[in-house]
Amino acid sequence: MTQSSDDQIERERSYWQANLALLAKLLAVWFTVSFGASILWVDWLDQFSLFGFKLGFWFAQQGAILVFVGLIFVYTWRMQALDRKFGVDDNADKPS
Amino acid sequence: MSTQLLTYIFVGLSFALYIGIAVWSRASSTKDFYVAGGGVHPLANGMATAADWMSAASFISMAGIISFMGRDGSVYLLGWTGGYVLLALLLAPYLRKFGRFTIPDFIGERYYSQTARLVAVVCLIFVSFTYVAGQMRGVGIVFSRFLEVDVSTGVMIGMAVVFMYAVLGGMKGITYTQVAQYCVLIFAYMVPAIYISLMITDNPIPQFGFGATVNDGSQLSVLQKLDAVLLDLGFSPYTEGSKSTTDVFAITAALMFGTAGLPHVLVRFFTVPKVSDARLSAGYALIFIAILYTTAPAVASFARLNLINTVHETPYAEAPPWFSQWEDTGLIAWQDKNADGLMQYGAGAAMTPTKPNFNDERGAHGERLVSNASTKHANEVYIDRDIIVLANPEIAGLPGWVIALVAAGGVAAALSTAAGLLLVISSAISHDLLKQTFMPHITERQELLFARLAAAVAVCVAGLFGIYPPAFVAQVVAFAFGLAAASLFPALLLGIFCHWITREGAIAGMLSGLVFTFGYIVYFKFMMPHLNTADYWLFGISPEGIGSLGMLLNLGVSTLVSRFTNPPPPSVQSMIQRIRVPRAD
Repeated sequence: MTQSSDDQIERERSYWQANLALLAKLLAVWFTVSFGASILWVDWLDQFSLFGFKLGFWFAQQGAILVFVGLIFVYTWRMQALDRKFGVDDNADKPS
Repeated sequence: MSTQLLTYIFVGLSFALYIGIAVWSRASSTKDFYVAGGGVHPLANGMATAADWMSAASFISMAGIISFMGRDGSVYLLGWTGGYVLLALLLAPYLRKFGRFTIPDFIGERYYSQTARLVAVVCLIFVSFTYVAGQMRGVGIVFSRFLEVDVSTGVMIGMAVVFMYAVLGGMKGITYTQVAQYCVLIFAYMVPAIYISLMITDNPIPQFGFGATVNDGSQLSVLQKLDAVLLDLGFSPYTEGSKSTTDVFAITAALMFGTAGLPHVLVRFFTVPKVSDARLSAGYALIFIAILYTTAPAVASFARLNLINTVHETPYAEAPPWFSQWEDTGLIAWQDKNADGLMQYGAGAAMTPTKPNFNDERGAHGERLVSNASTKHANEVYIDRDIIVLANPEIAGLPGWVIALVAAGGVAAALSTAAGLLLVISSAISHDLLKQTFMPHITERQELLFARLAAAVAVCVAGLFGIYPPAFVAQVVAFAFGLAAASLFPALLLGIFCHWITREGAIAGMLSGLVFTFGYIVYFKFMMPHLNTADYWLFGISPEGIGSLGMLLNLGVSTLVSRFTNPPPPSVQSMIQRIRVPRAD
């Protein structure tokens, strides 16, 4: 370990804060498309249409799932970047 | 070649494949048995997770449920996939970093308590056995309809196959058979869906097909046409909901948090080499899952339309062969109320009680007679929702090999999930109960032997559930998700994200969530079923959705009790710090 342990603790704390901030954003999107668009606002959204579907219905049976897939990949990509930025990634070949 | 022979060949070949993989990938250590040696490629783990997670309920029942519930059926699509997002973002990477074998392992270490570990074992076994019972029913339905063997023989064949690869191969055998099972089940699901989408709308992609125009010259889209046809028959429109928003919200939440706490899915992430692999393979898995989950609602609407077109106002004597074949399995019944020989389909239950009780006689047109009383509804047909996916290719008149493929797919979906569940049950017994609690001095070889024994016993118990299905199976499905949501999910979540949650807090939280949810479901489902209506529910939440309140209760009790008890020891604090950082140490 090249850094002092105080420095490491500080870095891990900032890493965790950044992680929580990212999770908050992703879960906000998660809530909006699932409980929001597909349940709470579904009747209102149904007045619009997309590919021949009522929009609220489309979110409930297609759209939300597609957004979910996107969320996990954005998470994977952003976390990889955070891991590197704070020097805590799990790639054993690289020095941290 | 007859459909029946083709089905034997398809199901037989898929079984040979699974057993071949089992022999090739035998487990030689407890690490192999519990977590496949921890060296599974993220893409393979993604496929295995998808097969593990998509059960007989996803493959056989879900499209059928949506088909009959319309928009209200979205709760299953949203709940199961949305819960998966929580699992991938909030739990999987950290549990991988923890790097042990089981979920109770994590709870026991994090809450520095054998009591917490045992409470987790009890929750896990209850959730998993409830789930296994459902899988066995799925295997039974497929066998009894397509192979015309009786259900018990079918279940025993299925059990023998699972026995081979789960007991021999442990997690290692299960992982690679699940990869094969995913390929079988997704192919079996997509082929008929694409066929039917082409037939109805000329659009080969089912996800677009159910919004496209029906090719009958009516200029209506599939969903518009379905809405119109259903209104005509006295149903409410397909694209509008009839459940209250509060209840839909609560059910979705309970399914989501329950899914995130399913132990057999969580342990799949122990099998990849690194934290970043766990994140990536969660993403792959959701792609594989989404292929089926976005197709299911399309299948649901096509099937409902086809079903009405084929059955309504058709003379029983001219009904297609699948009708009487499903009638023979007891999942379809027709009661000629107006004695015109035509089958009228419409809103409302055809008979009371809803499920048919057949006597052994045949009516004027050759139909099986039931001893149920008629209802005042014009509807004369009882159709079990579980047959929609399985009967769909026949209803659409697809060739025999597609029907055989769907049978093999249904069995693959049921077996892959059953194997995953049996593994978490056996490792909870051999690892958490024996090695970690009651018999700490056993050697690794003995532990592996106990793991195999526990798997063997669990297979037999699951088989019994399949042959003698407890009458309450359908009613306890709410249990599995509700209990996982109210007990395991909050304990895992708080364990990772709140370092100050104490042993006492977690145990009190899990127990109160468990008791509250269990009590509520038992009260409305078993003790007072006649009170099971929105007027009597707490905040208008049905027993299916009560797990979400149970979860909130668990979170509340855990944090409150933790405030008044001694904080976790420094060793636990540093363990929490360790799992939050991906870098190996």
